Amino acid sequence: MIALTVTDLTREFDVSPPWLNRVIERKPRSMLRAVDDITFEVPLGACLSLVGESGCGKSTVARLVTGLYEPTKGEIAFSNGKTGERLSAQMIFQDPYASLNPRWRVFDIIAEPLREFSLRKGMAEIADRVAELLTTVGLSATDGRKFPHEFSGGQRQRISIARALAGEPEFLVCDEPTSALDVSVQAQILNLMRRLQDEMGLTYLFISHDMSVVRHMSDQIAVMYLGRIVEQAATETLFAEPKHPYTRMLLETIPNVRDPQRRRTVQAGEVPSPMNPPSGCTFHPRCPLADERCKLERPAMLRQPDGGRVACHRVAEAMAEPA
Amino acid sequence: MSESAILDVRSLRVEFPGRHGTVTALDDISLSIEPGEILGVVGESGAGKSMTGLAVQGLLEPPGYVAGGEVWLAGRRIDQLSDREMEKVRGAEIGAIFQDPLTSLNPLFSVGQQLTETIRLHLDMGRADARRRAIELLKEVGIPAPEVRVDHFPHQFSGGMRQRVVIALALAGQPKLIIADEPTTALDVSIQAQITALLRSLCDDHGTAVMLVTHDMGVIAETADRVAVMYAGRLVEIGLVADVIARPQHPYTVGLMGSIPELGARVPMLAQIDGSMPRLDAIPSGCAFNPRCPHVMARCRTDRPEMIARGTGASACWLNATEDAA
Repeated sequence: MIALTVTDLTREFDVSPPWLNRVIERKPRSMLRAVDDITFEVPLGACLSLVGESGCGKSTVARLVTGLYEPTKGEIAFSNGKTGERLSAQMIFQDPYASLNPRWRVFDIIAEPLREFSLRKGMAEIADRVAELLTTVGLSATDGRKFPHEFSGGQRQRISIARALAGEPEFLVCDEPTSALDVSVQAQILNLMRRLQDEMGLTYLFISHDMSVVRHMSDQIAVMYLGRIVEQAATETLFAEPKHPYTRMLLETIPNVRDPQRRRTVQAGEVPSPMNPPSGCTFHPRCPLADERCKLERPAMLRQPDGGRVACHRVAEAMAEPA
Repeated sequence: MSESAILDVRSLRVEFPGRHGTVTALDDISLSIEPGEILGVVGESGAGKSMTGLAVQGLLEPPGYVAGGEVWLAGRRIDQLSDREMEKVRGAEIGAIFQDPLTSLNPLFSVGQQLTETIRLHLDMGRADARRRAIELLKEVGIPAPEVRVDHFPHQFSGGMRQRVVIALALAGQPKLIIADEPTTALDVSIQAQITALLRSLCDDHGTAVMLVTHDMGVIAETADRVAVMYAGRLVEIGLVADVIARPQHPYTVGLMGSIPELGARVPMLAQIDGSMPRLDAIPSGCAFNPRCPHVMARCRTDRPEMIARGTGASACWLNATEDAA
């Protein structure tokens, strides 16, 4: 059962200079393609993670899925849930300091979706529901009277989660929910999110740059590089057998607390600007296996026997002629 | 503390007087760094790790001040120096690398101008020599085509390259000690690996001592020789990195290590420390960790534990004292 199907999704942003500069300096219009023709599916009740370095377009995908941006091209389709209606989605944002209105009491922040969607009628019912939500995320019902500034970062993220749950979503889009938090607090929030998923049968689209967090949370992982998905596989497969050279590089460069003696291959080079992406396979300038073909031809997504998908000429060639 | 240490901090105490009484931001911090050694300082936000770096450099924001203890740099006491004397120490003897490479560079001057200014301030060099030295420094920190790049402005560099420039700036005065405050936090993992490898090699080549302040245990595990763990303005554990990771002594360190998601095996739930770090104006009596500690004893609530040496490290926990007695 598929919860979300994203097909050939592309989003461009107009980053042209102002009209006057274009006329006087004869500068052309320029478009930045933040998300470039990506396709993926999220199974119902599972967690799909999008990982990648900054600027790879993962947050743009999150915003497209929740409808905060309109796609330039492509389709985003939620399936029908248990009730026969389309799945409802909510979003948890990265920065718990910026995503809560500082002038509102926590009670009103959490009650807003209840009132907006008319999920509860009357003050008493709303108050009961808010108290219930606060307890679910590990806060006390009396915390509703307080303002966001009275809470720590981790507690604020709990408030964000309570607000997201207030809309009774079946699908949660989490955009780096723990990257502003300390590790011990991060562990609390990740545990909470896992518990909620088990109890409520939620489906997650999880966005993160942290491979170890992603491994802990997800069933499926899609690795993004410069607006494209380069590899998608089940979590265990991806970690055991990364196929795309970029995935391998990402996995090799993560510092590992338990295995510090492991030699990290330090990869030269940086992520190119998405304004002017390299031709062919966008990873070719940093790729140790790149050849002429990678510079010219964009690799197609290829299904793997183990159920994953990889966009790499080298992997495709190795599959075509088994040694 | 050994004689050879570049930095020797003894019982450092920093206080911030405020309307509602004085807050102790750093309480009895003692640590030392040998030449060529990288000491990692970890802790959660507000634990006082950045404050330790700032106090050593004499850069505390007023009204904060050093209320007790001593800071010795290469055999000279520096915590009592005047602002003017301290200015000579910073840059020449202590180099600083901050978290955000964009805000620590001046956007209006080329990288070369900023480097030569620093070089000429601390070393007796002419303009041409200083420029040559600036190019050398850029080359040393791994910036391609340094002869061209030296005339570029900070906005023309990417994040990772900018952080390299900041490291070159920190090296410009040939300091004995570099204080790096979250040098890799603003960078992507692949760039992070490049920067920590660079720090490590500079430390090995020049015998520079480095204080690496970060919240990322992974960075510490790969880069540092020893690690100091801080909690609520206090030192809770210090020791060799491998030992602290494999056999943490303090219950807080145990919890901290458990809460890091593992790359190797997947666990259903992460070990978590319930609650959060106390605010600095409401530190419980006795051991600051006692309300969250799974092994709390009556003594922990009343008496504050001293740092007790055990094996290659030391930790501030009464569990250690009782085990030794038994």
